[in-house]
Amino acid sequence: MGDRGRLLAAIFAGGMVGAAIRTGLVELAPTRVGSWPWTTFAVNVLGCLLLGYFVTRLQERLPITAYQHPFLGTGLCGALTTFATMQLELLRMLDRGDLLLAAAYAAGSVLAGFVGIMLGTAVVRRARLTW
Amino acid sequence: MVTALLVVLCGGIGAAARFLADGVVEAPFTGEYPLGTLVVNLTGSFLLGLVLGLGVSHRVQLLVGTATLGSYTTFSTWMLETHRSAQDGEPGLAWRSVIIALVAGLAAVWLGRVVGRAV
Repeated sequence: MGDRGRLLAAIFAGGMVGAAIRTGLVELAPTRVGSWPWTTFAVNVLGCLLLGYFVTRLQERLPITAYQHPFLGTGLCGALTTFATMQLELLRMLDRGDLLLAAAYAAGSVLAGFVGIMLGTAVVRRARLTW
Repeated sequence: MVTALLVVLCGGIGAAARFLADGVVEAPFTGEYPLGTLVVNLTGSFLLGLVLGLGVSHRVQLLVGTATLGSYTTFSTWMLETHRSAQDGEPGLAWRSVIIALVAGLAAVWLGRVVGRAV
């Protein structure tokens, strides 16, 4: 297996773990129609927290190792979080005319995800919270 | 049990496909805008809408929708890129890209569902 093959294998392995956790949680706690999609929200925010931490730590604190970033970042965090499901949930809210819920869910996810990246990054830099 | 194994496999395939698609999209560009993630997220949203529009079974929805396309698209990388471009002194670009992705993502999943229902 060449370098590219090993890189893909690391991403594949991380993706298996991330998707297994997310899909398991979705099956355990499916989103009810007309309510806030807590499961998707939680995995998305958790994934941002972890990604902010991993990427900053790998880029700024540790010597770059070949497969940690693809496994933890691209694979695990990338697959733990999801964009498509969130968009589908938003569409279903709009289907029902739930404009307020849709706006709150979109804004809430983006803000919480952004704060998750900020916190994960700040923990590694041990600095005050900055952009 | 078989379904659980397939979920895990589909998750790996989705993540690997995201990496490959991102590489293909990013290759010809050297700009600041993270186009790869946007294209991945929009194509994944379209496909998810398409799958649901086709009216597939719960099992297919779980494997193709939740496991594969959920893994193919990503929220965390999107937010990381937004954070880094805001940090690099381009908050305008960062928030514009958030709005673009949200509006286009919604349009993509809607369009996918329309196509799926029409087929």
